[in-house]
Amino acid sequence: MNEERSSQTNGTRSGERNASDHHETYKMTHYTRNEMMIVTASRALAGTRTVFVGVGLPNIACNLARRTVAPYLELIYESGVYGARPARLPLSIGDPTLVSDALSVCSMQDLFGLYLQGGRVQVAFLGGAQIDRFGNLNTTIIAGAAGSLEEDYARPKVRLPGSGGACEIAIQAQKVFIIMRLSKRGFVDRLDFLTGPGHLHGGDARDSLGLPGMGPQLVVTDKCVFVFDQESKEMLISSLHPGVELSEVQQEVGWQVQTAGELKQTAAPTDEEIHLLREELDPQGIHIG
Amino acid sequence: MASKVMSMQEAIASHVHDGDMVAIEGFTACICFAAGHEIIRQGRRDLVLCRMTPDLIYDQMIAAGCARKLIFSYLGNPGVGSLHAIRRAVEKGIPAPLEIEEYSHFGMVSRYTAGAHRLPFYPLHSYTGSDLPRVNPKIRFVESPYDGEPIAVVPPLNPDVVIIHAQRADREGNTHLWGLLGVQKEAAFAARRVIVVVEELVEEQVIRSDPNRTIIPSLIVDAVVKEPFGAHPSYVQGYYDRDNQFYLQWDELSRDETSTQAWLEEWIIAVKDRAEYVQKLDASAWKRLSPGEAFAEPVNYGRYA
Repeated sequence: MNEERSSQTNGTRSGERNASDHHETYKMTHYTRNEMMIVTASRALAGTRTVFVGVGLPNIACNLARRTVAPYLELIYESGVYGARPARLPLSIGDPTLVSDALSVCSMQDLFGLYLQGGRVQVAFLGGAQIDRFGNLNTTIIAGAAGSLEEDYARPKVRLPGSGGACEIAIQAQKVFIIMRLSKRGFVDRLDFLTGPGHLHGGDARDSLGLPGMGPQLVVTDKCVFVFDQESKEMLISSLHPGVELSEVQQEVGWQVQTAGELKQTAAPTDEEIHLLREELDPQGIHIG
Repeated sequence: MASKVMSMQEAIASHVHDGDMVAIEGFTACICFAAGHEIIRQGRRDLVLCRMTPDLIYDQMIAAGCARKLIFSYLGNPGVGSLHAIRRAVEKGIPAPLEIEEYSHFGMVSRYTAGAHRLPFYPLHSYTGSDLPRVNPKIRFVESPYDGEPIAVVPPLNPDVVIIHAQRADREGNTHLWGLLGVQKEAAFAARRVIVVVEELVEEQVIRSDPNRTIIPSLIVDAVVKEPFGAHPSYVQGYYDRDNQFYLQWDELSRDETSTQAWLEEWIIAVKDRAEYVQKLDASAWKRLSPGEAFAEPVNYGRYA
């Protein structure tokens, strides 16, 4: 039954429809920027079995994917939960609703050791205060005027939360999907601190250092979707969300960003996706609003 | 065997000393605020505080001036935002400068594991390409003696005192914990002294009826404290929910040093103990935080007499 539903949904909303269809859906359904981000991220999980989840938008995206394009998706939380079935929107990655009804709850040594380091995580969602062209992420500090990395770290302008599990997740997950709002402050030419490695300085940098995962594959923003060039591993604009101009994206990126071949339009949310989000996954509009 | 049950005041007075390395562990769940508040009341100073996620409890203890150093892996108010008191200490040295030693989660887990196993270091696939090793010289790389590849290592962490909050224990300290297990077992086995704080004291027979749930044996426990609601505003699986209203309230009030100090005075210094704190909270809070029931199916261990 689930399989049947999965193939149906794949056929009707995997983003392979033509441009006039997109336009039609866009006119029919009014949706928010967050809904666009959530829906785009959820579709990228099509067929995925295991995903390492964060709170907020990734959490809703994963729950939406489980209801649509990835019926066998198991949600993994760094707090030690495998196969969560949250009955309410989790307030944090350690929310008790993630425990009740889960398939397994284990120690964090087991979660990071057996699941993540053991190579069982197919996709992990990450975000950050800053990202560079190779998908490297900073969640540690915003630098003041000090100068060297060590001085900036010792006397930061803003002290951010730090790695949490992000450093090893970025290194070990088979694929990393990033969700971040597009802004010049976030998409920078040079990070103030490299917390979680993306493609480092690009090319075969990850391979040559022996990093087990493939690194960032996708960046979903509120204006567009980025992918990474197969050779250079540099971030490229893959599709623009409906109604967004290329120049709007370029002016929010702190380097000369290129496009990945012919620019596409991101498929707008369908009525069914919007219905699931608003009626079932986030009825109070905490994250979709 | 003798009972190790004592009051929180006695447990902190006997086992937590100025300058100690202290870890109150519990990942979002079962964070023993009652112990942290008693440490503040007893005026401990120069502590080295370890926790993967310092959470509100270390924000409060650092605002109260208990600590000289913090060892951690995620410095946030979970699901809410920043820890403002710790940020004031790191960014501006208010109320006092705070030394920090920073890891990733797996790095902290591995440090406790090395400590618990009495190993000289623990290897993990992390930190390659990250700037963290540049600002924390304790994160190092060694060459694997087997394949010659570099692998990150972290040193053992052996706190003087580890404080664990759990659902129930017997009087000797055999402790049942369920829900998120975090790093509590590794931290407790790594510690020189262990204080267990529980919602309920039970007979040894209750513990023996379900030995798979015993995360911490009395062998490593020095003190047992019964402190119902001792983890508020964090939660205890099956007992009470996280008081998210307070996490949001702290986000507001802790932005300002004066209102932070006023809160510490009203809710910690001027309060005798956790029982008085629980009384002082709005009675409707406990109703609001009650999670309802979801029992596990019983299991048959069998009787092999």
